[in-house]
Amino acid sequence: MAQIAAPLSRQAVLAAELPRYSARRLTNNIASLILLALTVLSVLFLVLIVGFVLVRGISTIFPTVDGHLTFNTDYFTQSGAAPGQTNADGTPYAGGVLNGIIGTLEMLAFGAILAVPIGLGTAIYLSEYSVGQLGEIVRFVVNLLAGLPSVLVGLFIWALLIHGINGDGSGILGYSGLAGGLSLAIIIIPIVASSVESILMLVPSELREAGYALGLPKWRVILRIVLPTVGGGVATGILLSLARAAGETAPLILTVGGANQFVNTDLLQPMSAMTLQIYNYATSAFKTQQDQAWGNALVLVALIAMFSAAVRLITSRKQYDN
Amino acid sequence: MTAPPSAPAPTRPPIRLGDALFGGLVRASAIFVVVLLIAVAAIFIKTAWPSITRFGLNFLVSSDWDSTKVPDNCLDAQGNALTTAGCEPGAYGGLPYVIGTVITSIVSLALATPLAVGAAIFISEYAPPRLGDIISFVVEMLVAIPSVVYGLWALAFVVPLLGDTGGVENFLANTIGQVPVIGALFSNPLTNKDYFAASIILTIMILPTILAISREVVRQVPQLQKAGMIALGATKWEAIRLAVLPYARAGITGGAMLGLARALGETLAVTMTIGNNPAINPDPSLFNSGITLASGIANRIGEANGLGFAAIIELGLLLLIVSTIINLLSRVLVSRTVRA
Repeated sequence: MAQIAAPLSRQAVLAAELPRYSARRLTNNIASLILLALTVLSVLFLVLIVGFVLVRGISTIFPTVDGHLTFNTDYFTQSGAAPGQTNADGTPYAGGVLNGIIGTLEMLAFGAILAVPIGLGTAIYLSEYSVGQLGEIVRFVVNLLAGLPSVLVGLFIWALLIHGINGDGSGILGYSGLAGGLSLAIIIIPIVASSVESILMLVPSELREAGYALGLPKWRVILRIVLPTVGGGVATGILLSLARAAGETAPLILTVGGANQFVNTDLLQPMSAMTLQIYNYATSAFKTQQDQAWGNALVLVALIAMFSAAVRLITSRKQYDN
Repeated sequence: MTAPPSAPAPTRPPIRLGDALFGGLVRASAIFVVVLLIAVAAIFIKTAWPSITRFGLNFLVSSDWDSTKVPDNCLDAQGNALTTAGCEPGAYGGLPYVIGTVITSIVSLALATPLAVGAAIFISEYAPPRLGDIISFVVEMLVAIPSVVYGLWALAFVVPLLGDTGGVENFLANTIGQVPVIGALFSNPLTNKDYFAASIILTIMILPTILAISREVVRQVPQLQKAGMIALGATKWEAIRLAVLPYARAGITGGAMLGLARALGETLAVTMTIGNNPAINPDPSLFNSGITLASGIANRIGEANGLGFAAIIELGLLLLIVSTIINLLSRVLVSRTVRA
């Protein structure tokens, strides 16, 4: 507009030529303001939730004692306190969330051992092998599984293994870390498959062709050229999937049951998990337990944010560059 | 009779063990994923079957949840229960769960869609690109916040803000609640955990989903059409309303449905805020406590046996069918607009 050397300003021309211009401009300004307000409101909600998690989580993990920032070692090294339990000096004993951390890590590790190879295999299939209808079907199914409400995954494991499909409580497992880990595995598979597939797509086909030109078989091309090229991205994608699975609660309520108050490493027994602790402690009458719920929320949100940022950074490059 | 000339042996690439093995493993995992989904559907149908055959479509209109109730046609002349097959005691219905799911989904979708679409338009059409990138990055991260954390926040902040004396629900009841007809939706703000609280937290949860997709869709609108309108003297808002929005409509609808799919299946945040009351409320107010399909599953499993077990799975089957349909529709709509 600046290039046109007009004797009259644009507004003046429009105002002269088009009737109702001022009314239309008013509408335009009101619409802009409304859009701005909607944006501010949306961002406000999101700032509020993150703010709550940050403030209350940090005050649990790094409490301020006598004006000094301290580190709450108990939070990471002790398990749940019995209601009303006190320290030797009579002050309330807060305990920690070690039982939940161990439960989450163990179930996650078990789920990951089962799910990551399958998810990775599916991703490699989709990006390197899939042709025609079967490829379309697999992609479709991965999308459906990823969109499955997680409570249904829990319900599936509960019906199949815990309650038993005859509906008479004859399942082969009890409420246990094993059942919880299996439900996490089902949740991890589609997330790994789709996130790794999108990362493998970043590898330019020239690299594969160069491998074939050298006479490498396909599996060597995939393992030695394609995967190493985006190795960091694949690893980050997998870790993000695990971080998301660590935040799942509904399937654990159906498969692990009441959170175990003590540290338990036996996968066949009921366990605790960080998310189950949040769920149980959210309505707790004890301030220390509510604080621990916020501590867990902070740890989980920080993990997810970290890996999300890393994945974003890697995929935003769009193309593998040397 | 001469021997046929020996044809040159076709040059076939040698079968490599490594390729066969690796390709086999990769295909096996892809097939496993397909089998897994079929297994989930099959187990749900099989275990829900007693309830499906016994209650049929009645399951959708009944609010019974009673393990001892004997079916009406199973009483003899003296009013004693018969013990013939098909007369096992138990009457189950999913109506309160369906109603709760429908109410919370509609309300949260109605609130979240304008917010998200407005923000998406502002971010892509008004805000400087850097700011837009930062906002959408933060928003995308929020999609991944665990739902139990939303629930924790809701209990600490949203539920008291809405439900306490002098809170939003009281205000709405005293203002919109006095209007005839619509007012019925905003009456009796007596409980803190209710449809309204669950809908508000769902709104906040699905907002990032709808926003992320809407922004992507709005970005794909050809700039030429908008620029053409501006050049012809249209205001920015007119260009958005007449050139951007019509083009993006299908994609935005798809984004909203993806948000809807998330709202339907959301369990923890809803369980923690809706009050888990599996009853039909006497009045249509949003300020009543209720229950949804997903939160009902999480709440009911402790008391399940026989027909009750099948009924709970049938709740899950309903959720599976509805959320799959919504999910598919949304993908079709989004992919029609966004070619990424």
